Amino acid sequence: MGIACPLGLGIEHVWKRLTAGESGIGAIQSFDTSALPSKIAGQVPQGPKAEGKLDVAEWIPVKDVKKMDRFIQLALVAAEEAVQDAGWMPEAEEDRIRTGVMIGSGIGGLPTIYEASVLIKEGKIRRLSPFFIPSALINLASGHVSIRYGFKGPNHSVVTACATGVHALGDAARLIALGDADVMVAGGAEAAVSEIGMAGFCASRALSTAFNDTPTKGSRPWDKDRDGFVMGEGAGVLVLEEYEHAKKRGAKIYAEVVGYGMSGDAHHITAPSEDGDGAFRSMRAALASAGVTPDQVQYVNAHGTSTPMGDDLELGAVERLWGDAAKGLAMSSTKSAVGHLLGAAGAVEGIFSVLAIRDGIAPPTLNLDEPSKESPIDRVAKVAQERKIEVALSNSFGFGGTNASIVFRKAA
Amino acid sequence: MSDTAEKVKKIVVEHLGVDEAKVTPEASFIDDLGADSLDTVELVMAFEEAFGVEIPDDAAEKITTVKDAIAYIDEKKAA
Repeated sequence: MGIACPLGLGIEHVWKRLTAGESGIGAIQSFDTSALPSKIAGQVPQGPKAEGKLDVAEWIPVKDVKKMDRFIQLALVAAEEAVQDAGWMPEAEEDRIRTGVMIGSGIGGLPTIYEASVLIKEGKIRRLSPFFIPSALINLASGHVSIRYGFKGPNHSVVTACATGVHALGDAARLIALGDADVMVAGGAEAAVSEIGMAGFCASRALSTAFNDTPTKGSRPWDKDRDGFVMGEGAGVLVLEEYEHAKKRGAKIYAEVVGYGMSGDAHHITAPSEDGDGAFRSMRAALASAGVTPDQVQYVNAHGTSTPMGDDLELGAVERLWGDAAKGLAMSSTKSAVGHLLGAAGAVEGIFSVLAIRDGIAPPTLNLDEPSKESPIDRVAKVAQERKIEVALSNSFGFGGTNASIVFRKAA
Repeated sequence: MSDTAEKVKKIVVEHLGVDEAKVTPEASFIDDLGADSLDTVELVMAFEEAFGVEIPDDAAEKITTVKDAIAYIDEKKAA
């Protein structure tokens, strides 16, 4: 597994900070935010690798950096950690052909598209870089990873807004189950903390605006003072592998992907269905495909974006599905610490769910001072909890009314 | 080395991320300096920008070595 997120680089470093209750959210420094109502975000910290920070030059040759938007750079950083961690950089042609890549993004190279538009508007159309299109295309994250490591199996990419990460993991696992590949390098990447990205989400009134002076308080899922999500950037990549294939080569197995469910709201372009039915059906399908009942699940990593409407709808759907088992359940939103990584969210949160199983720790929901709605579910307010976690479910829901849930189980 | 040659060399080093020593007059962008076809398009754009000249596509196609670039730019500037 590999990660680049507002808490830094490297799964152990990030997990340590996350479970310690640290926040990766701050005031945006990389561009002028004076005209924007929301001025905070979770950005991957700049600095040397040795400090768990990102200096792109340490990861990607200078000549190649300009050929890829930041979301692709982040994907490459996370992929490098993931394949190293998995010990999977095969030289044999047959192994390479059996290894695919499925890294998605919600919106892809938005800053690159913005810059190109400005050039055209300024009458400098001839100055447009030949790398503009390949830099902005979403599937080029998968493309670059495959080129770098010689992975010649299925090369695919998911685009389902904020559900991208979970869809990528679930679809990749299914490709393995269907025999299309033995190994899939899967995940999501996003880098929309830019003027155009922030302005766009501000225009749709989706972002938190009340915590510009106290950025670490901005993302507060289920809290009564929540007022929108906090934008984040990053990438999460997991190496998924057919079980016998992994066992045979003695690979480190963190957990098993045992269930995957999807649904559509058929309701509204940005708002979730008012009864939380889409989320409910997505989770129910995931549990059914895993062959587990709600009482066998100890942890849910919620979509929980910190929006006034979405958080309680998801909570209601989980309560309805879990029924009496709700009181034994821990559910947290790690977006409280890293913000909403859009298309990368599901992959990063998938990694957090897997680590929750590995270490028996439910990461906290920061800033949950006073819930807007009482619930029998323990939402792990502010402080991580030690818990026995055998099975975890992670949710991601996206604009367009697309929902996805994935279930992980402790490796046998 | 002429001013043009110096500047061309610097641009090539920056854009292709190659060692200065490899950027000889005879060096071919694609065969010797590891460029692909998109790299050469970008390189020509960088020359246009740096020297304030316009290099039409048909002329750009003929610029395959460092020497070709220097000669074309010098000729354009003299005209």
